[in-house]
Amino acid sequence: MKNFFIEFLEIFRIAFNAIRINKLRSTLTTLGIIIGIVAVTTMSTAIVGLREAFLTSISSLGSDVLYVSKVPWFAMGDWSLYRNRKNLTLEQYERLKDMINTYEAIAPTASSFGLNVKRKERSVISTVVYGTTEDFQRTSQIELEEGRFMSEMDVRAGRKVCMVGQDIVKELFPIESPVNKEIKINNIPFKIIGVMTKQGSGFLGSFSLDGMIIMPLKSLELFSDDIHRRLRIDVKVGDVDKLEDAKQEIISAMRIIRKVPYNKPDDFAVNQQEAFKQMYDQTVGIIAYAGIVITALSLFVGAIGIMNIMFVSVTERTKEIGIRKAIGAKTWSILLQFLTESALICLLGGVIGIIISFPLSLIINQFLPTTMPLPIVGLSLLISAFVGIISGFLPALKASRLNPVDALRYE
Amino acid sequence: MNIINIEHIAKIYQVGSEEVHALRDVSLNIEKGEYVAIMGPSGSGKSTLMNILGCLDTPTKGLYNFTGVNVSQMNDNELANIRNKEIGFVFQTFNLLPRSDALHNVELPLIYAGISSHERKDKARLALDHVGLNDRMHHKPNELSGGQRQRVAIARALVTQPAIILADEPTGNLDTKTGEDIMALFNEIYEQGNTIILVTHEEYIAEHAERIIRIRDGMIEKDEHVKDRYIPKKNGFSKAD
Ligand SMILES: Nc1ncnc2c1ncn2[C@@H]1O[C@H](COP(=O)(O)OP(=O)(O)O)[C@@H](O)[C@H]1O
Ligand SMILES: [Mg+2]
Repeated sequence: MKNFFIEFLEIFRIAFNAIRINKLRSTLTTLGIIIGIVAVTTMSTAIVGLREAFLTSISSLGSDVLYVSKVPWFAMGDWSLYRNRKNLTLEQYERLKDMINTYEAIAPTASSFGLNVKRKERSVISTVVYGTTEDFQRTSQIELEEGRFMSEMDVRAGRKVCMVGQDIVKELFPIESPVNKEIKINNIPFKIIGVMTKQGSGFLGSFSLDGMIIMPLKSLELFSDDIHRRLRIDVKVGDVDKLEDAKQEIISAMRIIRKVPYNKPDDFAVNQQEAFKQMYDQTVGIIAYAGIVITALSLFVGAIGIMNIMFVSVTERTKEIGIRKAIGAKTWSILLQFLTESALICLLGGVIGIIISFPLSLIINQFLPTTMPLPIVGLSLLISAFVGIISGFLPALKASRLNPVDALRYE
Repeated sequence: MNIINIEHIAKIYQVGSEEVHALRDVSLNIEKGEYVAIMGPSGSGKSTLMNILGCLDTPTKGLYNFTGVNVSQMNDNELANIRNKEIGFVFQTFNLLPRSDALHNVELPLIYAGISSHERKDKARLALDHVGLNDRMHHKPNELSGGQRQRVAIARALVTQPAIILADEPTGNLDTKTGEDIMALFNEIYEQGNTIILVTHEEYIAEHAERIIRIRDGMIEKDEHVKDRYIPKKNGFSKAD
């Protein structure tokens, strides 16, 4: 072991000098590796960012909440299958609430888009307004920064009160507190009773409550001729483990409520956050796949280049190999010498790649909440060294098998 | 005791469809402490014989016992080990590593022997001192004269205290005066009790040896002792047995 270490120091010294002497050549050779490593690190930096942003975006969708709607969120296949379905109704909501047991909160939720909100001379256009019940606070895990959420009384009476998100506050109430102030939604006066805490925006902006207004369901009828058109029923199960049971319960109940014949499929959908995750994973999967293909291709091209240059290196140093063998270097020692050299060249490429990726990751960070993942950095260096060992293997084998007499004769 | 014992050695090179018989049936014994010159015209097989004796190459036929061990059947790594520890080879073209200084060149066999840096440097300095180069330790080969380069190569051959020193035309690339200096060094090494085999085609170089073997066309033509064996007064540089 000690002997090996002594010899390995020499091997390392030789490899290091060989690269030092051929700085430019080594760097150019490693271009494929550099591109590969830049591709894999920036790609994974971007993916981490996308994931962060995505998770923020869907954070208003609880993981323990089921969303009953007419059409599934990610409708596949023929749209006409869904078009003829009947809307959910408030009556169905009432009956569902009576029939199921496994829930903590249940809120019918309708929405209206493109409303104009005014406060004196300030205004926000194209606002999304949700009409729902007091249970919505729990189904959507809403926290209030100021004021209160609407009460059962507000909902039942259809009072013209509302809770607003931070983006609205920023536009309409730059200085004063918005609580108990009046705003006009499509010219109808509403009283703000609560301000929701900031959620932070992901890239799916529409899911962030920051830009929304929430009001009693009945009040929404002021802005929508048919609130049933986009009615959904949010059911907070309260326990992720019971999600599947609850889902089955809801499906059975809804089939009875909507009088679906036993031999017909459901004419409604029960959605959950999971569906978004799957959709997201699929999308990111494609990006990651593309990244892996690019990386693999450039690493492959890089490996060929390294192999080529290592063959050149072996030929150039045939005489040196002969000398070393003549004075006692063993086969494995020569093999290891050239493997070390090509691994070091590739590691150099990996390090250069990471040095290039770092500012790129800072640029990506301007758009997505992300940093270069450390495991990827480590993995990149490992991959580089591995590529070096693979591509250096044949040249190193050739070198190690040289006959000392022939090698010494080489000019 | 025989350091070298070869019996009916032949070496055949295959060049295309043609067979070149570089050595045909050579048998030879060399004892510890001998100083042997191998002579012969160019192409007679001297280098081929030296390479086999030096375990750089293996014979096509025949038996080779080195210090009583049969090396004709050894694999590459076993041969590398013998080259490293038991044989000091000196080449006509020096064969130093061009980018390493004299000290590192001399250290090299000790690195492959797994000797630690400190001990290695001590031994290499001693060997360089021995060949009169203690003021050239950190010179690279291209900063040294031909004679100095050959001295570095001799120091490298001596540093492991091998059983035998093999030199294939060590003065072939040197002028007469420098060649004589190198021969004086070989004489000194011999007088310290080392065993030396030297290839040359110059009579005046061969005259330094106490035994001259003449080969022609891959066969021994004549093998004669021309001097009495030198009896060393003090302990030499070679391994005590
Ligand atoms: N590697 C080789 N391949 C083919 N023929 C060789 C090889 N090495 C030596 N020979 C031939 O073997 C013969 C002896 O060569 P060598 O031992 O180098 O002679 P010397 O050293 O006496 O000049 C020559 O005819 C030479 O051409
Ligand atoms: Mg020769």
